[in-house]
Amino acid sequence: MRLYEFESKKIFQTNNIPIPKGEVVNSVDKIQTQTPSVVKAQIPSGGRGKAGGVLFGKDLSETKEKAKQLIGNKIKNFPVSKVLIEEHVQIEKELFMAATYDTTRKLPVVIFSTEGGVDIEELAKTHPEKIVSRSFDILKGFQEHNAREIVADAGVKGNDLLPVSSILFRLVQVFLKYDATLAEINPLGKTKDGKFIALDGHIEIDDDATYRHKDLIAELGEREEGQVKKSTEFEKKASEIDKMDHRGVAGRMIEFDGNLGLLIGGGGASLTSFDAIKKYGGKPANYCEIGGNPSVFKVKELVKLLLSKKGINKIAVIMNVVSNTRVDLVARGVVKGVIESGKKPSETITVFRIPGAWEDEGFKILKKYGVPYCDRTVSIDEAARMAVERAGK
Amino acid sequence: MSILADENTRIIIQGITGREATTFTRDLLDYGSKVVAGITPGKGGWEVYGVPVFDTVKQAVAKHPAEASVISVPPGMVRGAAFEAIDNEMKLVVIVTERVPRKDVVEIVAFAKEKGATVIGPNSLGIISPHKTKIGMVGGRADDVKKAYREGNIGIISRSGGMTTEIANLLTLNSIGQSTCISVGGDAIVGSTYLDLVPLFAKDPQTKAVVIFCEPGGTAEELLSEYVKENKVKLPIIAFVAGRFADEMPGVRFGHAAAIVEGNRGSTKGKIEKFKSSGIFVAEKFSEIIEIIRKNVQ
Repeated sequence: MRLYEFESKKIFQTNNIPIPKGEVVNSVDKIQTQTPSVVKAQIPSGGRGKAGGVLFGKDLSETKEKAKQLIGNKIKNFPVSKVLIEEHVQIEKELFMAATYDTTRKLPVVIFSTEGGVDIEELAKTHPEKIVSRSFDILKGFQEHNAREIVADAGVKGNDLLPVSSILFRLVQVFLKYDATLAEINPLGKTKDGKFIALDGHIEIDDDATYRHKDLIAELGEREEGQVKKSTEFEKKASEIDKMDHRGVAGRMIEFDGNLGLLIGGGGASLTSFDAIKKYGGKPANYCEIGGNPSVFKVKELVKLLLSKKGINKIAVIMNVVSNTRVDLVARGVVKGVIESGKKPSETITVFRIPGAWEDEGFKILKKYGVPYCDRTVSIDEAARMAVERAGK
Repeated sequence: MSILADENTRIIIQGITGREATTFTRDLLDYGSKVVAGITPGKGGWEVYGVPVFDTVKQAVAKHPAEASVISVPPGMVRGAAFEAIDNEMKLVVIVTERVPRKDVVEIVAFAKEKGATVIGPNSLGIISPHKTKIGMVGGRADDVKKAYREGNIGIISRSGGMTTEIANLLTLNSIGQSTCISVGGDAIVGSTYLDLVPLFAKDPQTKAVVIFCEPGGTAEELLSEYVKENKVKLPIIAFVAGRFADEMPGVRFGHAAAIVEGNRGSTKGKIEKFKSSGIFVAEKFSEIIEIIRKNVQ
C-alpha cells in the first residue's frame, strides 16, 4: 500500500521528523496559505516534478491558480483529487535517506546520500561512491550509533552530523514500526538557517501487515480510485464472483483484446500457459487465474463471465498437474457455465488440460459432453497449441 | 542421497489441527514420511491420524525427537511458530502459510542464520525426495505423488508450487527421476532461493542436474547466474522462465506476489540473457527441458 506524500508526512510529523508547514485540499476555495508556496499533486507515483505535478505560487491568488491547474486533471495518467500546499522553504542543500529490504540478501538496508533530490537509482549508476548503503541486524534493531556511523561515513560533519543522524534514526524506526517495505525522504532539505526538514516523503506499507495497523489504515481512509490501475467491468465482476464463495480463489484478472477466453491455473502455471498461448499466435481475451479448490459455482460463474464478453466464443482451460484442486469440480463448473451461456461445450471449450486429483471423474464428465481433454501426458505447451489451433488465430 | 530431507527425517507439524494441516498430515503418513508429533497450543493430548499433539514444540521433541518442522498456522502466528521451531533445534523449517508480513520473514531468516537452520518458504508447498519423504503439501495425496514423482538424479527448485509437480511429472513421464524437489515459495523474500540450494545440490552425489522454474520479478535468477560463473559450477542447470509476456507490462503483478517487473529490474529478458552468459541452459519450450537433459546430462 503506497501512501500519498501528505500521508507519509503526517507519519513523519507524528514521529518527530520535521516537515514544512502545509495543508491538503481537494478544492481551490479551501486554500489558506498566504506565503509563497509549493503546490504538489498527490499521486501514487514518483517523478511528479518532471511531469508538471509540482508548481509554485508567490501569493494566495497565484497558489489558487496553480492548484486549479492540477485538481481534476491527470498527472502521469493518475487523476489528481488532492493537492498538498506547503510553505516554500529556501534550501541550500538536499540529502537522501531511505530504509527498505534487500530482497536478495533478505536483510533490512539503510541508504543515505549527501546528494538528494535526484533519482537515486540514476545516482547509483553514475556515482555509486556517493551512496552509503548498509544493512543492519533486524534482531538487534537499528541503534542511534548505527545512524551516526552511516551519516558520518557519507561525509557529513560538524553541526550537521547530529541532526541528520537523528532524523535517519527516526526514519528507520518509522520503517520498522509501521511494517513499511519502504520509507524514504528525498530530499531532506537543509534550510538557510541550518535546520533539516523532510521536503518529500514516500512510505509503502506491507499489504500483508496492514492488519497490524488498523488504526492507521482507518485514519488514512480507503484508497481512492485511481491509485491502482482502474479495473474494467469484467475485472470488477470477476472479483465479485470471487467474493461470493470462499472456496478456491479466482486470482488475478486482467482483460486483453483477443478472442480466446482463458481459465488458467494460478501462480507459475498461469504464466506458463499465457506465454505458450502467445507463442503459438493465440490472442488471449483475458488472464484469469483459478487456484485452491474452487467450487462448481465459482468456476461456472467465471466461465459465464468470460463468455459474456463480445466476440468470445471459445475458451481454453489449462492448469498444471493439480493436487489440491479437484479436476471433476472444475470440469463440472466449466461445462455448466458454457451451457448456461447458451453454448455447446464441445464447440466452445477448445481444450481442457487439468490432470491430477479426481481426474478420472472429471474426464468422464468431459467425455460425456464431447469436450476435448488432455491428461498428464500432454504438456501445457501442447495444450496451448491445440487451443490456439481450435480457436483460430 | 538427496538434499535437506530423506527417509530418516523426523517431522513435526505446527498447527496440525488446522483443516489444511490435518489433510496433509494424512497425505504425509500415506506417503511414508516420518511424522512424529504435532503442535497446537491448547490442544495437547489430541491425536491427528494417530500422531500425538502437544502444546509446545519443546514438549513434543522431548518425547519425539525431530529434525524438521512444517508450519501451517495463520500469517500473524508464523513468526512465533518459526522462532519456537528454530529455538528447539529444528534444522529444517518449511513454512506453507501465505501472506506472512515481510518484516517477520526477515526476522525468521535472521534467527535461522544465527542457529544454522534452513528455512523454506513462506508460501511454499514443501519438499519431496521421491520414495523417501515429503514435507508439506506438494503433490497432494500419496497416490497422486506417486504418479508424478519418481526417484532419480534430477533436482528441482521452483518459485511455483504447482509447477514443481508439473516439472516432476514431465520428467517422470520421460523416465527421468528426481533427487529432491523444492517449492521455494512465491513471495519476494523467502528463506531459501536458488543461491542457497544449488550449492547443496552440487555437493549431492545423487544429483546430476537441476531444473529451475523462474518467474518475473526479483533478482534471484541474476544472482544465481553470477554465482555459477564465479564459482565455475559444473552441475548442469536447466532453467524454464515463465511469464515472458509480463515484460511488456511493468508494474502489474501476475500470479505470485514477487512476480512483478519494476522498472528494468526483474524482467525475464534480463534473466534469460544472464543465464545464457553463465552457461545455464534455457528451455524455450516446457518440453525442451527433456531434450536439454538428454543432451547434456549423463
